[in-house]
Formats: sequence, C-alpha cells, structure tokens
Amino acid sequence: MSARKIRVMVAKPGLDGHDRGARILARCFRDAGFEVIYTGCHQTPEQVAAAAIQEDVDLVGLSCLSGAHRILFPRVVELLKEKNASDITVIGGGIIPEQDFQMLYDAGIKAIFTPGASLDSIVDWIRASIQTRDEHH
Amino acid sequence: MTETTAKICAGDIRSASRLIRDLEDRIPEARPRLKQLFQYTGKSFIIGITGAPGAGKSTLTDALITEFRKQNKTVGVLAVDPTSPFSGGAILGDRVRMLKHAEDEGVFIRSLATRGALGGLSQAAGDAIHVMEAMGKNVILVETVGIGQQELDIIHHAHSVIVVLVPGMGDEIQTMKAGIMEIADVFAINKADRPGAKQLQTELTGLLAASPLTPGAWKPPIVSIGNLYEPAAFAEQTAELARKISDHHAHLLASGQLSHRMERQALIEISDALKSCILDPLLRELTDSGELKRIAQKVKNREADPYTEAEALARRFLKSGEK
Repeated sequence: MSARKIRVMVAKPGLDGHDRGARILARCFRDAGFEVIYTGCHQTPEQVAAAAIQEDVDLVGLSCLSGAHRILFPRVVELLKEKNASDITVIGGGIIPEQDFQMLYDAGIKAIFTPGASLDSIVDWIRASIQTRDEHH
Repeated sequence: MTETTAKICAGDIRSASRLIRDLEDRIPEARPRLKQLFQYTGKSFIIGITGAPGAGKSTLTDALITEFRKQNKTVGVLAVDPTSPFSGGAILGDRVRMLKHAEDEGVFIRSLATRGALGGLSQAAGDAIHVMEAMGKNVILVETVGIGQQELDIIHHAHSVIVVLVPGMGDEIQTMKAGIMEIADVFAINKADRPGAKQLQTELTGLLAASPLTPGAWKPPIVSIGNLYEPAAFAEQTAELARKISDHHAHLLASGQLSHRMERQALIEISDALKSCILDPLLRELTDSGELKRIAQKVKNREADPYTEAEALARRFLKSGEK
C-alpha cells in the first residue's frame, strides 16, 4: 500500500447557514492529516455530488441543522450512485433525531454523529472505515 | 488507446479526477497512463492566476469561468491551497467561491494541496494540467496558493500569468523588486474600491512606463476590479480582464511567443522527469543501503567533501544504468 492521503469533503446542503460545526470539523480533519475540501453552505445535493466526484474524495461529511436531512442526505447518496460513484462514503451530522437514524442508514448513510460526539471519535471512525481505492481490488 | 485514455479524452470527469488523485499519491500505475495521454495534450490555453493570500484569486477565477463559458469554451480549473507542515493535512477552500459552476458539465474544478512544494503549486500540478488538456478543455485556469514575492513556478506551466494585487501592500519600492512584479502578463488590481487603489495604479503605470520595451513586445495591461457586491460593475470589469487575457493569447500566437513558452515548459518538464528517474531512485537506494548516512558522517567530520562524494556516486550510478 502506498501512502494514500485521505481526502474528505465537508458540505452543508440545503438552506441552513449555520456552519460553525462544519468549520470546526474541517479544521479537525486538517489536523488529522486529511485533505479537506470545504464547500460551505447553501448547496444543492446535485452540487455536493458533482463536487465530490470532481475532487475524487473518499468520504463526504454532510452537516444539517435545519431538519431537512431526511430529504437531503439520501438524495446525495442516490446521486452518487447514479454517477457510478457509490464507493464514496457518505456520513452525516447535525441536529438529527434518533428516530431518523434507521431511515438514514437504510438510505446508505454510513454513520451519523450528533452533538456531543467527540472529534476524535469521528476521526477514528473515518480512519477505520475508509477503504481507499486500492483496497477495493 | 486504453480504456482510461479513451474515457479521459472523451472528457469523463470521474476517470480524470481519479487519475489526478493517483498522480498526486504517486501510485506507480499512474505514470504509464500519463505517458499514454501525453500525445493528446498541448492544445489548451493555460492561464495562471497568482497573488497574495486573500487577494481575490478564487473570486476572479470564478468570474473568469463565467466569461469563458459565455464564449462556449470548456474550462478546467486547478486550485492549489497549502498543506500543513505539521499534520500533512490541508483545507482546500477555493471551491467555495466557485459553487455556481459545480453542476456545469463544461467546467471541471479540482483542488490540489501543495504537499510540500514551495513554488506556489503542487508537485502534481503539471501532471494534472496534462490530464485536463487531454480531456480537451479549451481553457485551463491554474490558481496558485497565496504567494509572496518569489514562488513563481506558475510561469513554467501557464501561457498567460495574471498577477492579482490589492491596495495597501507597500510603496513603489515594492513594485520595483524582482520576482512577482516581473512575471505578469496582465495585472489585476482587485478590491479597487479600497483606499490606495489609485496610488497602486499610478505606481504600476510608472513601473511599466520605465520598463525597456523592445518593439512589438507585450506591455502588461492593468485592469482595476472593484467591489464584488456591485454586480453590474464587477461583471463589466471582470469581462475586461477576460478580454485582456484573450488579447494576450492572440499576441502569444501572432508573435510566436506561445511556441517559445511551450518549449520552455518542455525543458522544465524534462528536467523534472530526469530528476525523478535519476535522482529519486539513487537517493532511495543510498538511503536504503545506509550508504547515504555513512557519507553524511564522513562529510560532517570533514573527512570528505560533498562535491567529490557526489561526483563519485554519479559516475558509479550512471555507469550501472548503462548496462
């Protein structure tokens, strides 16, 4: 295995403009040695999926505090699948009620982190779960 | 033509972005793929955008994408941001300014981290440009990291270099210095609504007037660009910037300078490739065998000098390579 650099994207789909948490995560990922594509707020799922493919990231972290995660998160997974990029892992975070977890897992969201999750636990999850492409074959 | 080559030449973004990633990560299989692509490169117009951190390079890049798309040109963008010297990580945030083009199939934006390169680009930038050329992009915009006075590798890759300046960065002595002020084909004075913009314009004009010009040589134009939040004026000013860039392109073609610059670029690429196929394996072998460390000890203790040692190593390795 060569020293693949882990590339992740942090994105906020939808109309929610509260990105303090997403920015803290982006910096935390930077300090963990990841390359982080930070794309900011107010994006459509289409923009998120297109950017993820153009940047060839291993993982997309979606943040949503507005309550629209039930629509927005699954849509990103769906679009990646349509574009033959379902190897890109999608995780989510924000204000997400526990009763929505199963629905999101079923839709292909691989992990959900809510307020109180430690930064280390998120980094550790990513390190353990990301298969860079070479490990696929 | 292999499948990957065919896909990239057909403009497939997924294949192209994956190859760029492999080239960045220096995966051994990537180099042969780049070799196959090379014959399809060399037809794009490559524009470098450089300047200090926060000068507005990404915002102007975004505006230029809009202008070139109006002309129905396909656009590739490489945006470089710095790698942390501590963690090796990076925040690649240039895309934030270019979101409106995310879904346009004619625009491919790729962020690169410097990964230790010191010249304002990343080591893989040249390779990534070639991938975008093979995709058939008409225009490739290469945005450097925020630079100081002499991280100027962009001149080895771009046909036209745009230097983005902002008011308030120093007096006219700064404009006289070597380095960044010499490489501009077009100057953009950004944030020109701020105090000091007129003075900067005057100093730049003075600088250019005092530069000896051979007949027929290109004189870098200066374009002032004001507040982004006055959209009508901003659009007019960035359109003017795009026009000046196109003028420079026409000049490069008419004067034969384009071919001259492409030759300079080829020389740099050959010398880089030579380094990677001579110096890198040599250093790796010397490191693995421990010989490098032994020689370093000798040099440290002044029992040998580095020049004689290097000459002896070069002779030995070049001979063994002939076999």
